This record gives sequence, structure tokens and C-alpha cells, in this order.
Amino acid sequence: MTLSQKILAAKAGLKTVEPGQLIKARLDLMLANDITAPVSIKEFDKAGITAVDDKSKIALVMDHFTPNKDIKAAEQCSCVRQFARRFDIENFFDVGRMGIEHALLPEAGLVLPGDLVIGADSHTCTYGALGAFSTGVGSTDIAAAMATGEAWFKVPSAIKFVLKNKPAKNISGKDIILHIIGTIGVDGALCKSMEFFGGGLKYLGIDDRFTIANMAIEAGAKNGIFEADAITLEYIKGRSARKPQFFEADIDASYEAVYEIDLSALKPTVAFPHLPSNTRTTDEIGDIQIDQVIIGSCTNGHISDLRAAAAVLKGKRVNDRVRTIIIPATNRIYLDALKEGLIEIFINAGAVVSTPTCGPCLGGHMGILAAGERAVSTTNRNFVGRMGHPESEVYLASPYVAAMSAVAGKICG
Amino acid sequence: MKVKGFAHKYGSNVDTDVIIPARHLNTSDHTALAAHCMEDIDKAFVNKVKNGDIIVAEANFGCGSSREHAPIAIKASGVSCVIANTFARIFYRNSINIGLPIVECPEAVKDIKSGDIISVDFEKGIIANETSGNNFKILPLPEFIQEIVDAGGLLNRIKAK
Repeated sequence: MTLSQKILAAKAGLKTVEPGQLIKARLDLMLANDITAPVSIKEFDKAGITAVDDKSKIALVMDHFTPNKDIKAAEQCSCVRQFARRFDIENFFDVGRMGIEHALLPEAGLVLPGDLVIGADSHTCTYGALGAFSTGVGSTDIAAAMATGEAWFKVPSAIKFVLKNKPAKNISGKDIILHIIGTIGVDGALCKSMEFFGGGLKYLGIDDRFTIANMAIEAGAKNGIFEADAITLEYIKGRSARKPQFFEADIDASYEAVYEIDLSALKPTVAFPHLPSNTRTTDEIGDIQIDQVIIGSCTNGHISDLRAAAAVLKGKRVNDRVRTIIIPATNRIYLDALKEGLIEIFINAGAVVSTPTCGPCLGGHMGILAAGERAVSTTNRNFVGRMGHPESEVYLASPYVAAMSAVAGKICG
Repeated sequence: MKVKGFAHKYGSNVDTDVIIPARHLNTSDHTALAAHCMEDIDKAFVNKVKNGDIIVAEANFGCGSSREHAPIAIKASGVSCVIANTFARIFYRNSINIGLPIVECPEAVKDIKSGDIISVDFEKGIIANETSGNNFKILPLPEFIQEIVDAGGLLNRIKAK
């Protein structure tokens, strides 16, 4: 069995599972946010359910349109807040405690290696970085999971990615995953697991792994996953009283395809509008003027992302025409960045720094684009209208490329 | 169950951001969501869609976000069925869970043009393009999924058990 299949089998109480098999499995964590939880709650109440299975396994994070961007957004948060109070849900993260869910929940020790997690947010696949099986579902799935503690899964087949060698200079997890999506396409791993192995992993810190697992969904995958190693153990140390469970893929595990990627040969990579698979390396890009840069999101709002941006921006000024918005993914990251002097570097460079929010990534608030405007963004999607007007454009890139582009006023890296 | 309506045809990778842009996700009201359905790919859709109509698309329909608001907006706008070459997995799951019928049938997609009159007979497993006169066979759903559909969605099935 693959690494993903091993976890699913264990959580379903089965010795083995086969690709395509439908199983019911016990969950370790389920999450929803201020956009998806209200739909779950509506369905939960409509079905007349009056109790949750295990409140300690529910996480509700108010991160998308918060601090509330308008009255309707405020009412959505109010609905979730009342539900959290009704069932005494401790892992309810409101403004002040909240951060972007996929950075916050691992940081809070709520996800460990070997866990089975579902979330009403497509980027729930992020936790695969820790060796968990985690996947995005819809609001109704979460309503059902809150009631029963279980979910149904179709056991996925998998694609194996063998990452080799040390990444070239300024190559991060973002370049690696954009390169992969550019190679296999936005449905290249449809409903499958993407499993990452190889000697290059020892050069990829936990933040790079979060970025890679985070964007597995952009290739259509059910989950992206890494085996837990020394880097994982170092990250989870002291975060949880629960015991992690370590799983390994069988030596004879069957994969639908195997890709070998030489990390030392990769170049900074940018996804052009309007698909994450529409990739080019920065050496094949002409002069493309930009209006805005976003550095943040569940994909690239971690401390190492901010450090990479600060290394570029230190002592420099962003281009006068480029609005540069930097969003640490959690308050902890914000505070660490403050202590390290990164926030001062950003403000001195002419950037603004925001409280944690998903905000601009999905065209919510905190940096919406007008018609004809272009942004370089460290987020995860560049679909039509994703960051604002349907005639605006989003170019996905690493924090390094985004910061370089902010200074130059055009895409470069 | 049998449904019938005009086809609205789209290409590949119709994502959830164009089905229902996030700027409208500050509500979960079905009618409010339907008012913006397909807004960023086909502005005219909400005015031309009629009860029973069918959305037809190529590969990877519904890719992107997990927002259940996408199949909700489609269902609430009166669409009776979505036919595509393939569906993105969370969209597929959400549609089954909320009771929006969806069918994978590349042969039918190839044949159908916008404006064709399409009927789908789920019991017999047939898509009929009444405009071209061609019929296509649908593969049956896995039994477990069919149970959810028959119960009228996931939560109804859980309640029934």
C-alpha cells in the first residue's frame, strides 16, 4: 500500500485497502471556516441533529473575510460563534486567536503525523506536509462528520514524486510545486494522492513542505503527503500531548506514475493567468509590468516565506507603482517576524503589513484588483476574477520572486 | 428520475471561482447565490437559464475551492443536471451530498452543443440529445453513492440510519 492507503486502512480498521474501494473511517480532526461553516451549521440544524460526536475534534477558524469585511461577513462569523458556544467548542479561533487555518492548526499542535483530517476548505491537503492524510471536502461532509466523527472516502491510487538533490539558489517549495503542476496539469493527479519522497527532502524545511502539500489540490489531487522525518519531528516537538503515528509506504507499493525531479536544475517559476499549470520560468518572461504584490496566504505566509521576502527587500524600496501587501499567516508568525526585524524591513521598503487573513487570495478584501491590473502573488490560484475584477490578472510565484518583482515593478527573479 | 432542458455548454477547467465568485460568498442564501451563478464565465447565464436546463462541460468541471456554494448556486438557478467529461473531486462529492445530479459522459459532451434539447433518464441510464437524435449510455453510480442520492443527500441518509 502507498503511504496514504496505509493511513486510510488504519483509520478504517482494515488490514488492507485497494484503490477505488469505498471506506468509512474515523477522523482525528475536522475543520471549517467563516465561509464554509455557516453552510455546515445550516445543514446540521436542518437535519435536526442536536449533539456533536466529539467537540475536541472540531476546529472552526474565522479567517477568510475577517476581521469582518462587511455586514454579511460579520453575520456569517456570528452564526459560527453561536454554534461554537452552543457546543462549547474550544478550537474556535476568532479574531485575536485566529490565523490562516492551514498555518494555524499545525502551529497549535492540532495536526500530527498519521492523522486523518478533513476540512471544508480545499487547501486542507496542506497537513500532508506532516505525514497526515488530509483532504478538502464540502460543508455537508463536515456537518455529517461533526455528527458522526466519521467520513466516507474512495481509496485513491497515487503518483510518486522523487525529489532529488539540493535545490538551486532561491528555489523554494513554491517553485517545486509550480514546476510539478506545470508538468502534470491542473487535473494531472485528479482524485489521486501525490506522495513525495527522495534525497532532496532533507533540504526542504517544514514550510517548503507545507507549500508543496498545500498546492496538491491545484493538480486535482485528493491529498499530498510526505513521510514524517527528523524535520517533521522537530516541528511537532512540544506542540501536542497526543502521540503521533508514523506510517511508511510499502516497499512494493504500486504507483500509477513516478516522476523524478532534479531540484538542482529548477529555475524560479511563475504561473501565468489563468491556471496554476500555465507555468514559465523567470528567464523566459519578457517585460510584464505589475500593479500589486501579495506575500502571504496558507501557501506562503510562513516565517521562512517572510524571511525570503525580507532578504530581498532589506535596504531597498518597492517600485512606486507597486502596492506591496505582506500578510503573516498567524499571529505567532507575525510576532516572530516582528522580533526578527522583518516587519521593520517591510515597512521601510514601502510595503504594508496586515493582520492574518485569507483576504486578497480569494478576492475577499485587503488588496482587490481593478480591471486591467496585474498582481504577482504568493497565493495558490490565478483563475479568472480570483483576486478581484474578472479582467485582472494574477501571476503565482514564490516569496523571493514576488519581492524581486515588487522592487523591479515587473515580474522578475 | 428524468430531467429535460436546454444545454449550456462550456470548456475545460470551469473553476468554482467562475461558478460563484468569492466576492458573493458572504452569504449562504441559495437564491442570492443563484443570482450570481456562472457570473465570471458567462454573464448572460442567469438571464437565459430556465428550470430544468443542463450544464455541459469538458474536463475537470468544478476545480478549485471546496465551496459547496458552487453546486448550490447551480442547483438553485434551476439546473437539473451537469454532464461533463470529468469532475474535480470535491465538486463531485459536494454535488452528491446536496443532491445535484451529475454525470460523466465524454461521448455525450462531444455531441452536445449549446441550445440542444437534452433529456437524461437516470433509471434507464440514458442521455438523449433530442436535437441531434443521438443517445448515450450512462455508467451506473457505485451502490454506496446511489444510496446517498436516493436518500436525498448525505445528512438525510445519516438520519435514516
